[in-house]
Order: sequence, then C-alpha cells, then structure tokens
Amino acid sequence: MAEAEQKKEFWRWKEYNWHNPDLDWRVGKIVSGGVDVGSVSSQAVVMVDGELYAFASMRTGSDSPSSAENAFNWAVEDTGMTLGDIHYIVGTGYGRVNVPFAHKAITEIACHARGANFIYGPGVRTVLDMGGQDCKAIHCDEKGKVTSFLMNDKCAAGTGRGMEVFADLLGVSIEDVGELSLQVDEEPEPVSSTCVVFAKTEATGLLRAGWSRERVLAAYCSAMAHRVVTLLERIGVEPEFAITGGIAKNVGVVRRIEKELGITAAQTSYDSQIAGALGAALFGRALAQKGK
Amino acid sequence: MITAGIDVGNKYAKVVLLDGDRVLARQSRPTGFEQKEAASSALVAALAEAGISREQVAGVVATGAGKSEVVFADDHITEVGADARGALFLVPAARTVVDVGAEEGRAIRLDGNGRVVDFAMNEKCAAGAGSFTESMARALEVDLIEMGPLSLKSTRLVPMNAQCAVFAESEVVSLIHARTSKEDIARAVNDAMASRIVSMTRRVGVEKEVVLIGGVAHNVGFVKGLEEGLELKVVIPEGPEYVTALGAACAAREKAGNGGKDNG
Repeated sequence: MAEAEQKKEFWRWKEYNWHNPDLDWRVGKIVSGGVDVGSVSSQAVVMVDGELYAFASMRTGSDSPSSAENAFNWAVEDTGMTLGDIHYIVGTGYGRVNVPFAHKAITEIACHARGANFIYGPGVRTVLDMGGQDCKAIHCDEKGKVTSFLMNDKCAAGTGRGMEVFADLLGVSIEDVGELSLQVDEEPEPVSSTCVVFAKTEATGLLRAGWSRERVLAAYCSAMAHRVVTLLERIGVEPEFAITGGIAKNVGVVRRIEKELGITAAQTSYDSQIAGALGAALFGRALAQKGK
Repeated sequence: MITAGIDVGNKYAKVVLLDGDRVLARQSRPTGFEQKEAASSALVAALAEAGISREQVAGVVATGAGKSEVVFADDHITEVGADARGALFLVPAARTVVDVGAEEGRAIRLDGNGRVVDFAMNEKCAAGAGSFTESMARALEVDLIEMGPLSLKSTRLVPMNAQCAVFAESEVVSLIHARTSKEDIARAVNDAMASRIVSMTRRVGVEKEVVLIGGVAHNVGFVKGLEEGLELKVVIPEGPEYVTALGAACAAREKAGNGGKDNG
C-alpha cells in the first residue's frame, strides 16, 4: 500500500460545542461542571440548576490538563462565563486525575450511569458505554447508581479507536461509516479476526477480492457488534438498554447490536457522547448542594 | 532423497530443500495476498539455488497459516509439528521451542523422545507477535531491523501500559511527545512483547534447551527481554525463520521414506 503524502484524516470526527441561548446562567443558584477527559475525546458540560446549559466535545491532546481546559473554554464560549463562575466541577474519565481545576474526581463508570439516567430516563438498567479506548457494560438502578459493571480496556477491538483505524483504511469519514455499512443487500460474514491489526489485514484482503467498501464496513461493524454483545451477555442485559459514547452515533454498529440482542436501544435527543461529562456535572451539583 | 518443506506464514512464504541431513537451499518470498503464488515462486527459487529440477523432489509438505493454499503439496502438517521437527533437527537437546512469527506466537514443550507434550499459541492478538514491533517501529519512524540494536542502547526503563498494539501505538506517540528517547521506547516495546511470550512459555513449562525460532528471533532487544524473563539463555539456530519450513521438509522425508522408494 502506498503511503499517501497528504493523507486525509478520515478518522477525524467533528468537534462541536453548544449552549442554550435562552438560559441566563447568572440567575442560576448552582452552576456545576463536568469534564470527561477520555483517551481519545474530551467533553465538558455545564449545568445550571440541574438543567443542561452548555457542552463541548474535542479530541484529547497529549496533555490532559490543557485538553480539559480547552473543552471547558469552548463549551462556555460567547456566554461570558469563566471557570471561576462554576461552583463545583467534577473530573472524570481516563485523565480525570489530571484536571487541575476540578474539585473532585469520580470514575467514569459512575458518571456514565448517572448521565445515562438523566439522558434516557430512570428506566435505564443497562448502559453500554462505547468509548475511544474502552468499552463498558454497566448495570444501574433507577437513580443511576451503579450496581455492577464489566469492562474491556485492554484491546482495541470493540472501541472507537478500532473504528477510526477502519475509517482510515477504507478512506471513509468516520461519521459515514454506520450509514454506509447498512447499504448492503445481504449481511456478510463478520470479519473473523478479533485483533484490529489482523482485521485490517483481513479487510485489505477482502477489498482485493473485490468486496465493496460498504460490504467490508458491514463485516467490520457486525464483528464489533458481536464483540460488545459478548461483553454484554456476560453481565446480562436488563431493559431498558442504552448506549453512550461516540460509537452510539454509529448506526451500523447500534443496529447490529440491537439485532443480535433482540432488543431496541433507548432513544434520546441529547448527545450520547456527553453522558460521562453530564453525569460528572450532576454529581457536581449534588456535591455543591451538600455544602460545597 | 530430496524433500521440500514449505511454510506459508502471514508475512513470508519460506521453502527449505533437504537432501538427507543436508540443507540444499532456503528461499523466501513475501506472502502478500497470493499465498499459492508466493509459495511456488519460493520453491522455484530454491530449486534454482540447489540446481535441481522439480522432478528430483521426492515429497513436498506444507505448513503455516496458508498451508491449505499450497495445492501442489503432497501433504500438510501443523505448525506445532513442523516447529518441533525443525528445532530437533538443528538442536537435538531441545525441550522447549518458542516460535515468534509476524502474526503468531507459539510455545511447545517436548519430551526426551522429541514428542510434543504440550503447547500454547497466540494467533488472536498482535501484541504477542512480530506485527506489534512493526507497528511500533512505524510510530517511532525507525526501520524494523533497528528496533533490536536501538533498544540495547537504552539507559532508562520506561513502563509500557498498553497491552494492545493499537493502544500501544498511541502510547508510543505520547512517549515521543514526552521526549522519551527512541532507545528507551524501543526497549519498552521489546520488553512488553517479551513479557507476553514469557508468560505463554511458562504456561507449557520451561525446560532446557530452549530454542527460539521465527523471524522475531532476529530482534536482539526482544531476545534480551526473553532471556531476562525466562532467566536462561536461549538457543537461536542460524536462519531461525526457516526452521518451520525445515520441519516440514523433515516430515516430507519421513513420509516419502515410509511411502515407497520408487519416488524419483
């Protein structure tokens, strides 16, 4: 394979920010923040009296503290808010201990369950968080409290990072992978290699054998779905079932997980990728209420 | 009697021509995606090297991940069987054989009669095979063959946390950002891989002599890590990547010897 000089970065997903222009944070009693510094992406969320006010999602740089700060600053851009205006900030994620401005660090398992409870409602009992470098299956109660969990953080198979590798290999923007993978007449056999490195070789062979990109992506999405279903089945899936993290936006993986489990994932208008940071901001609010 | 052993690995197809106890020729070709073509072109090259014709070869046995693609072979044997035969041919005192190739790793324990007693293998994960070092060399922007010598110059132990080749690549990039020297990173990479092979070898039991074969045996940094982990010196035959093909040639000899002398 030729190494293109000015190779397009197909894996590079869009960074984004948002804030609610109809909400005046200055009148809020408690402004809380959550920062989820993941291995691949970082999210910041600001809540005003328990209502979602602003968020941002960015790629994590090589330096955790500045990744956290950048995400925060971008979330509150054009709002007049600064870090000092936030009463309580909770850090979470892989880089949580490296958020110097956080008042407290809480594990991402707890934060994802809490965030999913807010986003999808109190009926959620099983949360699948598909992150950049790990995958977690979490059971929680009606308050979003974790009752048990299982995780894979040792292997790229079944993680966002693995999907990035494939987007790059096939020259397909990561946002388009899911839709494209559904454009096949017939579902192909899943890619048989578990390891992403070997799956890459396998996929190259399939392309050479004349498979379309769509078919190869279908084979990979279904392998990934199968991989996480194995993890889910070890812990057991109790409805309602919700998916959080970046891969939740990949309809090709989500549909195949649903099909294999025979269960539909809960829907939401919120951004599933901010669940961890949102959970952190909710913990922040509760801690601020308890008396800072 | 001349026999041929063909080992179609994930990266290279290797051929060894054996005449009794003498190796006549050894050749390899990149496997690519045409395993059969790679195998036959390596065989053609080996025949040319030996200066003999295809008709003079009494038997051909194939092994390796792509063995079933070698339709012109008379027979196939498992990689474990080929590893054991090849290692014993070169090192009769071998009791443990460790084979680390591009995409697979194997540890085999033999009894005093050269029979396979136990084996363990990894073909599922790149972290325990040559691909791991290859990915890391790419991230470090050094040639694969540099990874060994470079790591011997390391002055500082740097831990490698990632167990996955994909994650380790990100970790190597972070280490580069943190201004860790290439020498120290190369050592961390080799040690990480060696520790995986050490645990696999311990699962089958370590008994001397320990023979290390497969292309990764050329990586001196890995060998050092392996010897430190196993707490003993390993024996590396000359041309370690050809030992499995040699084992297949030995199997072809056994078979042709039993089968009938009318061959050739």
